[in-house]
Amino acid sequence: MATKDFKTVDPKLDPATGEFRVLAPGQDFKSVTEKISGIVLTPKTSLGWFAIFSLGGAVATLVLVAVTWLFLKGTGIWAITQPVAWGFAIINFVWWIGIGHAGTLISAILLLFKQGWRNSINRFAEAMTIFAVVCAGMFPLIHVGRPWVSYWLFPLPNTMNVWPQFRSPLLWDVFAVSTYATISVVFWYVGLIPDFGTMRDRSKSKFAQFAYGLVSLGWRGSVRHWMRYETASLLLAGLATPLVLSVHTVISFDFAVAVLPGWHTTIFPPYFVAGAIYSGFAMVLTLAIPLRKAYHLEGLVTDRHIDNMGKVMLGTGLIVAYGYGMEVFMAWYSASHWEFFMMWNRMFGPMGWSYGILIMCNIAIPLTTLWSRKLRTNITFMFLISLVVNTGMWFERFVIVVTSLYRDFLPSSWGTYRATKWDYATYVGTLGLFTALFLLFVRFLPMIPMNEIKMMLPSAKITPKTETAAGAGD
Amino acid sequence: MPVAVEGIYGIVAEFDTPSDLVRAAQSAYHDGWRRMDCYTPYPVEEAAEAIGFHKNKVPLVTLIGGLMGLCAMFTLETWISTLAYPLNIAGRPTYSWPAFIIPAYEWTILFAGLSAAFGMLAMNGLPSLYHPLFNAPNFRNGATQDKFFLCLEALDPKFDVVETRAYLESFAPTSVVEVEY
Repeated sequence: MATKDFKTVDPKLDPATGEFRVLAPGQDFKSVTEKISGIVLTPKTSLGWFAIFSLGGAVATLVLVAVTWLFLKGTGIWAITQPVAWGFAIINFVWWIGIGHAGTLISAILLLFKQGWRNSINRFAEAMTIFAVVCAGMFPLIHVGRPWVSYWLFPLPNTMNVWPQFRSPLLWDVFAVSTYATISVVFWYVGLIPDFGTMRDRSKSKFAQFAYGLVSLGWRGSVRHWMRYETASLLLAGLATPLVLSVHTVISFDFAVAVLPGWHTTIFPPYFVAGAIYSGFAMVLTLAIPLRKAYHLEGLVTDRHIDNMGKVMLGTGLIVAYGYGMEVFMAWYSASHWEFFMMWNRMFGPMGWSYGILIMCNIAIPLTTLWSRKLRTNITFMFLISLVVNTGMWFERFVIVVTSLYRDFLPSSWGTYRATKWDYATYVGTLGLFTALFLLFVRFLPMIPMNEIKMMLPSAKITPKTETAAGAGD
Repeated sequence: MPVAVEGIYGIVAEFDTPSDLVRAAQSAYHDGWRRMDCYTPYPVEEAAEAIGFHKNKVPLVTLIGGLMGLCAMFTLETWISTLAYPLNIAGRPTYSWPAFIIPAYEWTILFAGLSAAFGMLAMNGLPSLYHPLFNAPNFRNGATQDKFFLCLEALDPKFDVVETRAYLESFAPTSVVEVEY
C-alpha cells in the first residue's frame, strides 16, 4: 500500500513552494458534490443565462440563413475566386479546430503528466473541444460546393464504382477530423458516466432521475468498475495525445504538401500544433473566467489554474513566435525569389495590415506581458489577453491562407480578397452556435468532474492506520 | 456449494471515510470472503487491491481494436488504390504506402479508443439500469456522493444473514443494511 500513496499525496506545501492552491481549503466530498451538482439540479435558471443563451441562439440563426442561401446559390456568394480560392471557410475551419485542441490537451496530455490541477477545468475544456469541432467540421462540408454529396469523401461502395484518392491531404483530413470528433465525444462521455450517476441520485424530479439514470448506464461505483474505468480513461488519454498532435499536423499538410510559397514548409506541423494549443488555452480562459464568476466556482477553479494557463500560453506562444521567425528566415535563406517576394508582400504588401495585427496580437502584447506573475493572476487582464490571442490566431490563419494566395507567380493574375456579408454571417453565426451549445452544456451537465475533484481532496487520502491494520491482519 | 439466500443479494455496510472501507475490505478478504465488492464515489485503488482485483483486460481489448483498425484501413487503401480504382496522381506509384500511413494511423486510434470505451462498459456489464444494490435505502444517498460501501454477497459460501451482519458491525460502520433482490 505504501507505494500507492504518491497518488493521493496532494502538494499541500503550497505556502512553502509559493504556488497557488489547486483547490481552496475547507472542502469535503459533500460540499463538492453539492456545489457542482447544485448548479444543474436547480429549477431556477438565472436571467443572465437566458439572456446570453437567446443572444447566442439568435446569432446562431445567421448560420442557418447563410448556409441556406449558400445551398441555393453555391459558393459564389463567398468572396473566394481566383487567385484566392480558399477564404473564410478554411480560415474558420483551422481556427475552430485549433481552439478545440486545448480541451484535448487538458484532458489527455495533462492527465498523462499527472497534472492534478487540470481536473477542475477538463470537463468544460472537453465540452469546448466538441462544440469547436462541431463548428469547425461544418466548414469543409459546406465548402465542397455540393454538400449533399459530401459523403463521397468516405470510402463507401457506390454504383459509380468511384473511390477516394488516398494520396491527398484533403482526404487525410477527413479521417483525422472524423476520428478526432468521435474520440473527443467518447472520451467526454466516458468521463461523464460516474457524474451522471451522482446526478441521478441527487435529482429530485422523476424526469431528471430517469434522464440521468439512462445516460449514467446504471453506474453504481463498484471498485471493479472503477478500476476498468480508470484504465480505459488512461488509455483514451494515451490515444488522444498522439491523435490531437496528428490532427493539426494533418491540417497543416493541407497547406504544406502544396508547392505554394508560404505554404510549402516543414515548420508547419509543429507550429500549427503549438498555435492550436495557444488559441485553445486562450479560449478556455475566455470561458472559464466568466463561468467561475457567474457560478461562484473560485474555490475549484482557482488563481492557480489561471496562472498555469497563462504559463502554457507563454510557452506555446514562444513556439509560435519561433515559427514566424523561421518562416521569415527561410524566405531569405532559401534564396528563392518567389519565397522572398511572398514574405515581403505578406509584410508590406496591400494586405500587410493583417500581418501587423497578427504580430501585435500573438507576439507583441501577450509575449511581453505573460512573464509577469502579477499580470497572470490579474483576472481582468487575463480575460482581455485571451480575447487578444484568439483574435491574433484567427489572423494567423487569415495571413497563411490569404496572403500566400493573393499575389502568385504571374502579376497579371494578382488579385485581392474581400470577404462578403455571407462570409461574415457564417463566421459570426458559428460564434453564436458555440455560445448556445456551451450554455446548454453548463445548464444540463456537471461542468466540473465531481469524482476527479474528490480524488484530490485531503479526505481522499488513505490514512497510515490502514497499513498497521493490514500489517496486523497479515 | 454456494447457495444464494432466498430474496437477499447481500449485506452492505456504509462507511464515512475511504480508510475505514479499505480496512474493512482488507480484513474481510483476509478472512476468506471472495464474493464481495466495494462501492465508492471516486476510484479508490486501495479498495480494489484489498478485495483482490489487481488486473483487468481493458488494455488487451484496446490493443486488439487498434490493430484491427490499422489493418482494416491499410488494406482498404491498398485495395482501392491498386485494384479497385487506380489513379495516376503525378506519376506516383499506385501503392503509395507512406501516404496510406496517415489514414491508417487515424483508424488505429479510432478503433482502439472505441474498443477501450465500449470494452470497458461491456466488461463492467453496463448498461444495466437495474441492480439489487439500488434497493438499499442508504445506497442512493451516498454511494455516488460521499459514502463508502462494502457489500458481502449472499453467493459467498461464508454468507449467513445473522453472522455476516454481526461480522460487518464489528468494523464499526455507520450502518449495516440487508440488500433485497
